[in-house]
Amino acid sequence: MVKHGALMHETEDDVAVAVMDITAGVEVRVMTLGGEEVCAIRAVEDVPLGHKISILDIAEGEQVRKYGRPIGIATRAIPRGAHVHTHNLKSMRW
Amino acid sequence: MMAEDLKLTGYRREDGRVGVRNYVAVIPVDDISNAAAEGVSYLIRDVVALTHPYGRLQFGEDLELTFDTLIGTGRNPNIAAAIVIGIEPNWTERIVEGIAETGKPVAGFGIEREGDLKTIEMASRKALEFVQHASEVQREPIELGELVVSVKCGESDTTLGLASLPAVGLVLERMIEAGATAIFGETSEITGAEDLVAAQAATPEVAEAFMRAFQAYQDFIIGTGADLLGSQPTQGNIRGGLSTIEEKALGNVQKMGRNRVQSVLKPAEAPKGPGLHFMDTSSAAAEMVTLCAAAGSVLHFFGTGQGNIIGHPIIPVIKLCANPLTVETMAEHIDIDLSDILRLEMTLEQAADAIMRMTARTVNGRLTAAEALRHNEFVLTKLYRSA
Repeated sequence: MVKHGALMHETEDDVAVAVMDITAGVEVRVMTLGGEEVCAIRAVEDVPLGHKISILDIAEGEQVRKYGRPIGIATRAIPRGAHVHTHNLKSMRW
Repeated sequence: MMAEDLKLTGYRREDGRVGVRNYVAVIPVDDISNAAAEGVSYLIRDVVALTHPYGRLQFGEDLELTFDTLIGTGRNPNIAAAIVIGIEPNWTERIVEGIAETGKPVAGFGIEREGDLKTIEMASRKALEFVQHASEVQREPIELGELVVSVKCGESDTTLGLASLPAVGLVLERMIEAGATAIFGETSEITGAEDLVAAQAATPEVAEAFMRAFQAYQDFIIGTGADLLGSQPTQGNIRGGLSTIEEKALGNVQKMGRNRVQSVLKPAEAPKGPGLHFMDTSSAAAEMVTLCAAAGSVLHFFGTGQGNIIGHPIIPVIKLCANPLTVETMAEHIDIDLSDILRLEMTLEQAADAIMRMTARTVNGRLTAAEALRHNEFVLTKLYRSA
């Protein structure tokens, strides 16, 4: 039984990590490693195992947070439930 | 599981340090002595030839690092005795003398005026004597706190920061609490989390030394004019879901646990005391593990996501993985399956217990996957081109 589809590091993060291949249109539960349920989210596109899913709408140019820290800048608007990766997220370093 | 619950045995060497393996090594000083070193390892059982492609016409800091790496590897307590073979006697003798300071048996042979065949014969006679000596060295009880270990990850993905590395961090907290010494590094892969490492420095001086080493590596990369975007994160990292260097770095530093960073080490430099130490290294797996072994690490924890298969000829490399796909498709490379953490069926504390149990078994002689699969990567770090 799949109890959850994605895990979050910190509850204030903008993204969660898929722990299964999530198919577009499927709703998954998002939990913390401690087992606390944060929300349920419907994927708007496929998100492969280990990849990030947005748990809220992120505007272009906004910092994206994981581990409670910025991990890059959104290079385009990212809707809730979207796959967050190199096509819409860029490093602030290089 | 507490440290005192573990029954550990190892090999106590002449200088008091403990090893967990008992090899006789043949160390070529240079590339052209590899053939003779391999000749000895073919003739005499239980002899490991540490072949490598360098050692000729290096100069300055780059040459010194090759010496430090070869000497440090020979000094490693996993080695009972060492043979050094070089094309000419001077550099050979320098490495012999560096290893001899530990008190372990060591002998050097120069190939010039002898040729490969006579050298192999003379070195093999000595190697025979050394393996018979090593075969009589007995395992004895050791304490967890006597171990020097190292940690690095490779073919990273998001499961490392989520599961494997926080668990390793807990393990390092327990080991260091018991008095052990641990080394981490990968200077360029800390980009985006450097402030977190500096914040865990034991003193302001260590924090400054770390930031200097970090900045120097950044300057070196920028100075080449190359864009690191194509190689950090790597293609494997990106496939595994890591999008930026900051994300990779924030996962990477989880392995520190809450330990204080006691010092900043040059590549291959041995830590001067217990606790966690940062070594200024590249992030290439085999280079980094080779430098840790040269600094005295006898056991390496290697977290992987997408499946890095690295090993080392003289230190066991324990592979940890929490990616359910990798532990299934590359099972023969993984020593500890932590994928239950992602299923929320294993806590980080339980994962740390599992790692401690496997550490004890490995210390006591269990072969790691990499050892059994003959992953003997011995890779020198080259700082710049030779003269």
